[in-house]
Amino acid sequence: MYILENIQSEVKKETLITPELKQQFISIVGEKWYLDSPNELYAYSYDATPIFQSMPDAVIIPQTTQEVAEILKLANEHLIPIVPRGSGTNLAASTIPVHGGIVLNMNRFNQIYEIDQQNLTATIGPGVVTADLHGAVEAVGLFYPPDPGSMRISTVGGNMAQCAGGMRGLKYGVTKDYIMGLEYVLPTGEIMRCGGKNVKDVAGYDMTRLLVGSEGTLAVVTEITLKLVPLPETKRTLVAYYANLVDAAKTVEKIIANKIVPATMEFLDQGTMKVVDDFAKLNLPLDMKSMLLIEQDGPEDVVVRDIEKIAEIAKQEGAVEVKVADTLEEGAKLLAARRAALSALSRLRPTTILEDATVPRSRLAEIVQEVERIAEKYQVDICTFGHAGDGNLHPTCMTDERNQEEIHRVEQAFAEIFEAALRLGGTITGEHGVGAAKMNYLHLKVGEGGIELMKRIKEAFDPNNIMNPGKMFPSSTRRRLVVKK
Amino acid sequence: MSAEMKLEDFKPACESNATKNGLLSKFNMDEILNCMHCGFCLPACPTYRQTGLESYSPRGRIALMKGVAKEQLPIDAEFEKNMFACLGCRACETACPAGVPYGSLIETAREVVVENEKQTNPKHVFVKNLVFKQLFPHPKRMKLLGTALWAAQASGLQSLAAKTGLMRILPREMAEMQQAVDQIASPRERKSRQTRMNPEGNKAYTVGMFTGCIMDVMFYETNQATAKLLSKAGCEIYFVEEQACCGALHAHSGEMPGAVELAKRNIEAFEKANVDYIVNNAGGCGAALKEYHHWFHDDPEWMERALRFVSKVRDANELLAELPPLTFNKPLNARITYQDSCHLAHGQGVRNQPRSLLRSIPGVEFVELKNADSCCGSAGIYNLTNFDMSMDILDDKMEHVKNTKAHYIVTSNPGCLLQMKQGIHRAGLDGQMEAVHIMDLLSRAL
Repeated sequence: MYILENIQSEVKKETLITPELKQQFISIVGEKWYLDSPNELYAYSYDATPIFQSMPDAVIIPQTTQEVAEILKLANEHLIPIVPRGSGTNLAASTIPVHGGIVLNMNRFNQIYEIDQQNLTATIGPGVVTADLHGAVEAVGLFYPPDPGSMRISTVGGNMAQCAGGMRGLKYGVTKDYIMGLEYVLPTGEIMRCGGKNVKDVAGYDMTRLLVGSEGTLAVVTEITLKLVPLPETKRTLVAYYANLVDAAKTVEKIIANKIVPATMEFLDQGTMKVVDDFAKLNLPLDMKSMLLIEQDGPEDVVVRDIEKIAEIAKQEGAVEVKVADTLEEGAKLLAARRAALSALSRLRPTTILEDATVPRSRLAEIVQEVERIAEKYQVDICTFGHAGDGNLHPTCMTDERNQEEIHRVEQAFAEIFEAALRLGGTITGEHGVGAAKMNYLHLKVGEGGIELMKRIKEAFDPNNIMNPGKMFPSSTRRRLVVKK
Repeated sequence: MSAEMKLEDFKPACESNATKNGLLSKFNMDEILNCMHCGFCLPACPTYRQTGLESYSPRGRIALMKGVAKEQLPIDAEFEKNMFACLGCRACETACPAGVPYGSLIETAREVVVENEKQTNPKHVFVKNLVFKQLFPHPKRMKLLGTALWAAQASGLQSLAAKTGLMRILPREMAEMQQAVDQIASPRERKSRQTRMNPEGNKAYTVGMFTGCIMDVMFYETNQATAKLLSKAGCEIYFVEEQACCGALHAHSGEMPGAVELAKRNIEAFEKANVDYIVNNAGGCGAALKEYHHWFHDDPEWMERALRFVSKVRDANELLAELPPLTFNKPLNARITYQDSCHLAHGQGVRNQPRSLLRSIPGVEFVELKNADSCCGSAGIYNLTNFDMSMDILDDKMEHVKNTKAHYIVTSNPGCLLQMKQGIHRAGLDGQMEAVHIMDLLSRAL
């Protein structure tokens, strides 16, 4: 456990941005796009991560790659931290300016430059909202599968930085599987490109893959080229309700064992079902202990065949009730309700802390049981939902940040959940990222050697450590962060 | 996992009178913390969509309230600007999976701003400044303001006029402004109104008309049309005397004591009337009437009376949709579209009823308006106090309205109706499209 203290007071003393420097930044972006009033700064002191908060020294909202390059060059010369940010829906505190500095809001890069129907690619600015991209490509019969829960708010740039997943990960993979090329700016202001529209490209190290999921710690991405696939002909949604948790998990394993890969297989426990029903008015059977929400897409006959088979398996595995959605709208409504699960859980208690420990999907039943056991052990209130199909669960703890003693138990419980996930061959985070929230657990997954190597990679990109410092691994070069183990 | 950041040290150097005077305890910290800042509200928020700035989003505003409540931020002109830049459309409440009651949070925040100003600055300097800077240099806004003020005065709204930030300028400037106002309603006609209207056929319910203040002055005919429709559908109508303004504008402007007084008068007036339903045709008023109980948290006796009142309040669309279908004799033969009133859709959840009623008019081709439940920018007096933002939002709205190629743009609230009239003009659609209140349109087809 660790406590970050007194950050702001120290930042204040140091006054990172002098009046002269401020004028230089303003001359790059214009007065309108440089914010530093107390309330504006406060509004960028948080993201969607509970409890974490820290004030930046300025918020800058550039519109062109050239502006980004000039800002970075200046910040690099004056050792001012840069925290790239999209819509601030991050769940690992990756976009919180824990060392102050500049929040670089990229949401004016919101243009879709091209949808290339020959090469099946889209080239866009990182500030495009994910659901807007979905709409634009689906209008021409194409498909961009990554669909994180926040897709109506989050930007593709943010998805790229965190390598966001979503509900279609099982069949279609995650954000990294769709990023083909990037334009990015180094702290020195050099504008670089990697990858592109080529399906095959082995010229050098794969910098694209390196930058995806780098959480803004290496460079600022200013343009993204994405892979698209043909839009599936149709889809169908099925729900199965269970009197316990394990039968649902077993159903998931059995479906895969039958060589069926649905587009989506979501798991919700009773607590989650209740709050989701409260928000979306779905008339779910709330006496059930868990439910699976399964969607298959593809050609009509395949979808029908798969859904019938899935229904059969669910019943065999003990589902109390299996129901196929009558219409596309009904299916869409169920999926939208599932996307709201995390936020809906915050109806129950003031603070909602969610994690995304992930295991190989064959170990799903075990991790579900482990979470139940651990919640009981520490007497904390944990609801679990998540992407059952890819073993990516979201155990979510309802607590109150004002109760220090309880928060401490919550931290202990999550530490033990991480241990359990790792023991089962899993990972500490499936799709949210490490950020500031999980950096003290990273070594458990990648080892001390892994961390050292990662730090050397970061140094190659960002020798002055201005890019999102204090994220991914505890930073040794900046002393303003007080870390207590 | 979670770490704990101590923020006590980034208190601004502000001398806080607010704590001393107990103002900050007005904030409902449990509800503020219930916002887990997921951002689901951002795409629903018209001012966020316009600006892309976090401080113009519901999540941002709640964070700022939290900052003020925890004394990390002062109650100052910037906080006032942040809180009053909100339309109060409450689209964020519909979008919020966590069920955060944003509408009441923003009302409290505005109340805190106004009370703080009264305590620390009896001359109300900065509200005045805001009004002066935003209004007086702009003749068109002045004319709009004048209309509203005239209506306010004519409808006996002096208490509102005296108390809200906007109206504080009234005594000195009224004479000047009145010159810019057209004659819009005849008080004599209002006085001659019958206080009771018989039902046609068997009586289904006894209905007390909540006429509204501005509504009854500027849209007297709409109230008459509503009564006519309800009586056709079998209601016995009473125009209840001694009723007052609903208090919504007061509450939205942070003038809670004034709002509470008005609520009490209305509760008393309708208790005497002893009706089955209290019906209104203004989404904004209706939402306030249905939330009176939230205004009496510290007063159990009035809370109970408010709850009884609230249980009887219906929007006219709601009640008409429950009653036997109306018989229309005059086909409309027109294409129509519908702009939701925010406080009817987001505040009261009434979305389908007006659409069904419109579809039931013979000869109507109903086209759904894209983003129909997104605010038009009218928002009470927002189009006066935040003119530029309001017009940006309106112009975006009119793009979608234009695409419907409708002959009528139908609304369910007087503010929206005025705003749509202005929108038609701004979009160059004069003569091609008419903005009309749903009750007037239904009545024309009878």
